[in-house]
Amino acid sequence: MSALQRLFGFHGGVKPAYHKEASTTAPIAVAPTPTRLVIPLHQSIGGPPRPLVKPGERVLKGQRIGSADGNVSSAVHASTSGTVVAVEMCLMPHTSGLSALCVVIEPDGRDEWIALQAFDYRAATPTQTRDYLRDAGVVGLGGAVFPTYLKLNAGKQGKLETLVLNGAECEPFITCDDVLMRERADAILRGAVIMREMLAAGQVLVGIEDNKPEAVAAMEAAARAVNAASGDDAIRVVAVPTRYPAGGAKQLIRVLTGIEVPHGERSTDYGVQCFNVGTAYAIHEAIELGQPLISRIVTVAGNVGHARNYQVLFGTPMKDLIALCAPLPDSDRVIMGGPMMGFLMPADQVPVVKATNCVLVGSKKLFPPPPPEMPCIRCGECAKVCPADLQPFEMYWFSRARIFGKAQEYNLFDCIECGCCAYVCPSRIPLVDYYRFAKSEIWTREVEKEAADEARERYEFRLLREEREKQEKAAKLAAKTAAGREKAAAAVAEAQKPAVTPEEDAKKALIAAALERVKTQKELVHPENTVDLTPEQQAEVAAIEARRAEIREMAKPHLRQDD
Amino acid sequence: MLEALLVMALGAIVLGAALGYAAVRFRVEGDPLVEKIDAILPQTQCGQCGFPGCKPYAQAIAKGEAEINQCPPGGEEGIHKLADLLGREFKPLSAEHGIEKPKSVALINEQTCIGCTLCIQACPVDAIVGAAKQMHTVVASQCTGCELCLPPCPVDCITMEPLAESVETWKWKYPVVRLHPVQKETA
Repeated sequence: MSALQRLFGFHGGVKPAYHKEASTTAPIAVAPTPTRLVIPLHQSIGGPPRPLVKPGERVLKGQRIGSADGNVSSAVHASTSGTVVAVEMCLMPHTSGLSALCVVIEPDGRDEWIALQAFDYRAATPTQTRDYLRDAGVVGLGGAVFPTYLKLNAGKQGKLETLVLNGAECEPFITCDDVLMRERADAILRGAVIMREMLAAGQVLVGIEDNKPEAVAAMEAAARAVNAASGDDAIRVVAVPTRYPAGGAKQLIRVLTGIEVPHGERSTDYGVQCFNVGTAYAIHEAIELGQPLISRIVTVAGNVGHARNYQVLFGTPMKDLIALCAPLPDSDRVIMGGPMMGFLMPADQVPVVKATNCVLVGSKKLFPPPPPEMPCIRCGECAKVCPADLQPFEMYWFSRARIFGKAQEYNLFDCIECGCCAYVCPSRIPLVDYYRFAKSEIWTREVEKEAADEARERYEFRLLREEREKQEKAAKLAAKTAAGREKAAAAVAEAQKPAVTPEEDAKKALIAAALERVKTQKELVHPENTVDLTPEQQAEVAAIEARRAEIREMAKPHLRQDD
Repeated sequence: MLEALLVMALGAIVLGAALGYAAVRFRVEGDPLVEKIDAILPQTQCGQCGFPGCKPYAQAIAKGEAEINQCPPGGEEGIHKLADLLGREFKPLSAEHGIEKPKSVALINEQTCIGCTLCIQACPVDAIVGAAKQMHTVVASQCTGCELCLPPCPVDCITMEPLAESVETWKWKYPVVRLHPVQKETA
């Protein structure tokens, strides 16, 4: 097993002080259930899940409270049994300090599971297994929280050459994968076997940095047992040189297989896929034990008296967790993740989520405020250490000047934000802050552009529709007038037709006679005020009539012809 | 002498024919400049520029009939982009066409709406759904915030709600060097 495994190198990298010893002395402890769990619905990359529970509802441990919504999304579950007290906006473990929809649960202390049932993945189709893992909320636990079911897809060839298990854990202070491998190596490899079957992978390489000899030994022992049982030599544990960021997916793939995944392509197209060891453990729990992802191992380290790893239910406030570790009085900040890539938390009451691999307590002494930023001197140190083979100083210039197109041309989006460049910068420029700024500006523009394109499409469709409606209306009107004309023409033709039937002749004669009668009667009757008039009155009437006739003559040229 | 003239004439005929063929064969549909300008405009179709939509404004800019600073939703950034594209000088947003506002979407107060459909007819992107004497509502994800539905509403039940920042839309801020006050030591 420890036969010759040729290792490769990746470009750059740094060797910061590791500070890992403090939290590895004690075994994993189970953090107590807090009095109130605040479980954010959006804990993974992709669309936020839809809430499935209402306030007042009783939930069981492992019950789904948010269902995956959209193609890229992952479900969320109740971490313990209890009552939902609210589904409301709560402060998120996010640098922005903004709130998002969370399910607040008051535990009842009984910790009652849902009916647990193992999932027979061998009897199910790969799609069914992936759907099951999506609904079990399994996401990448290395920190990126990408939904795992999307990665368990063997790509174009239908099979993989190598499945890489990432146990490198290169970032200072963080030891959650280390202790997980020491204590639960069998379970991790059981998950790895499931993944290997799903991906039809030829071999499994477990990459662990060589500063974790206990983890390497434990994993090797477990791998021997699995290999002996299966009869092949598929699982190999490889100790890789300790150099930050060896735990980056692309970097570890490079070190173990020599494959450099090019810009914009997926590792599956090169026959490799990489998962964190914690993810393998979560897959084992979900499939073989039927337990959805409701807790994880979290390292509490930094400015605390007793740094340690805890098994923590999602939704537990970081404050409660820190209180278990005797924080030192000068602690002034909480960082989620490590000192290189971690995110500053807006407050210490934010909950632990799937992405929380470490709760790092900071102080001015431990992490002194950065000295003022100086101008870039183009020394090129950042390019020397960049593990993604980028030119950080160029990206910095363009991000700083807000020329985002140029920054993108220098492959800004291949930057993994590992922080090596900022770590070595002699001018102490917060380079990663500039890249994060540029990336989010570009993303926003992209979203705005998409919205504008959709608006343009809808507007053009509306114009088209209005035009069509107008034409339809005109056509209808034309048809109507044509029909009216036809009808009139038919009536005229009817009238001109000679009377044929004797009945009609008789009718017409009757009508003519009636008209004649009316005419004679009219002639006989005179208006009362024109009879028996005196000659003066008659003269007056004649004069008025004459004046009227004169006026009519005068008005004639001014009146329109048809009036 | 005659030969030279003939050669030149022949050359002129051949090249002319080639050019004429190319003009027909590789004819460019539409005006690419208008398309490029239209791509920069925010497509709110609000008409604040004085033209009935973004495309007519783009056509007017391309013809040189309109200034590049008449689009308030596009803001300063849009003017910069247009200036870069057209090689014109940047101008601040013209005040008579409006001011740059934070992006917002229309919201119909459903208690007050009488279902007159006037706003539906006014919406340039068909983002309002409803029917006569039925309540109307705005599809927020498709609303461009053009405010064209506000004037026709007889009961003034439409308001513009600025879009709140969420965790998904939050942007990393431009890194700034924080200045720390230095306490002067008094002698």
